[in-house]
Amino acid sequence: MQLQQVLQLYASASALDSPTVGWAFHDPTDGAGPALPDRGADRSPYATGVDALRDGWRLLQMSQLLPPMPGAEHQVSYLPFEFIFERLVTLESSTGETR
Amino acid sequence: MKLRTLDMARFVADGYLRFDGVVPEDINAAALAELPTMPLPAGFEPSALTPASGTPLRECYPPESGIARMLAVPEVAGAIESLVGPDPVFDHSAVHHNPAGSTGVQGLHADAVIDTADPTFDIQVFYFPHAVEADAGGTRFVPGSHLRRVHENSVSRYQHIDGEQRFIGPAGSVLIFHHGLWHAGQANPSADDRWMFKVRLNPTAPQVRRWDTSDYDTVCPPSNDHLFATMELADTVANRLRSLHPWCHSGEYRLEVIQRVHLWRYLSGDHSFDVDWYLTRLDRPGGET
Repeated sequence: MQLQQVLQLYASASALDSPTVGWAFHDPTDGAGPALPDRGADRSPYATGVDALRDGWRLLQMSQLLPPMPGAEHQVSYLPFEFIFERLVTLESSTGETR
Repeated sequence: MKLRTLDMARFVADGYLRFDGVVPEDINAAALAELPTMPLPAGFEPSALTPASGTPLRECYPPESGIARMLAVPEVAGAIESLVGPDPVFDHSAVHHNPAGSTGVQGLHADAVIDTADPTFDIQVFYFPHAVEADAGGTRFVPGSHLRRVHENSVSRYQHIDGEQRFIGPAGSVLIFHHGLWHAGQANPSADDRWMFKVRLNPTAPQVRRWDTSDYDTVCPPSNDHLFATMELADTVANRLRSLHPWCHSGEYRLEVIQRVHLWRYLSGDHSFDVDWYLTRLDRPGGET
């Protein structure tokens, strides 16, 4: 059985190789699948989105670049540069069966 | 003990102030005895320590109570008056009891809806009557996030943000948040329960120059102070408003500064104040002077 790990990286600019400033991880394998690199001290597991690609993650989506709404050109809101990755994990049961 | 001008500039840039260990131990002990008797959250049952929304703060709590005495500590009372004026009213309160060994993690959120262009703000007083060690359930918060227009837990997808903090501090510490600051309760894997009291206060009058402004002219540079032209290098209001938070490296940094300048203009009443000329230029369409 294949399960999908999801990684969200938030970058400081729109480029995939720009430094990450935030992240989130959802792991339906509950730890049985591969873990994230530990860069310590609450740092993002990957310095950039390209580093995640190098570690086998597949890019699913990146934020669109949308012009601001008229009248709201200087407003700030959500983190604008979001990159979503997936990694498919195949797990085997204790009897050796793939599940 | 009102705030000074640079303290206010720090609040505008960071969205919070912290006062470590300012509440004396006898008041902390009294508050720790009161908190378990208060509804969680307030509102489900009447209590002498849960006033109705809109009650003037000075009428909210019995003067001998630990909560009233905490709010009267000079550093706390001075900060409250500096931020929301002399007559704030009670909005709501909550007792945050985080039991030893708890595993629940709250999603990141702001205690706000998406606000209008109105620059007025509420404050939230977070009182920690006992010491909070690392990994003991201290509140997580994101400095500088308060001016982002978001709706409550719509920011919960951000599990980790560079520069975020988890409160650690001595007994009797107080954090005061702008109501828009992103924050979240944390798991408490320690062996000790963690107690925290939060109260939200509304201003009832303009929040203009409520702090100790005696130093204003010495720390507030001229409105043409510009990072790429001429600027004062000292610790000034402008330099505090230029604070760069680790999560905000992008081109949005300048937008953050613009939002801080808008708030400073409101608080100071100085509508020509500027940092790095952005709003001055925008105020002059077509080159008007």
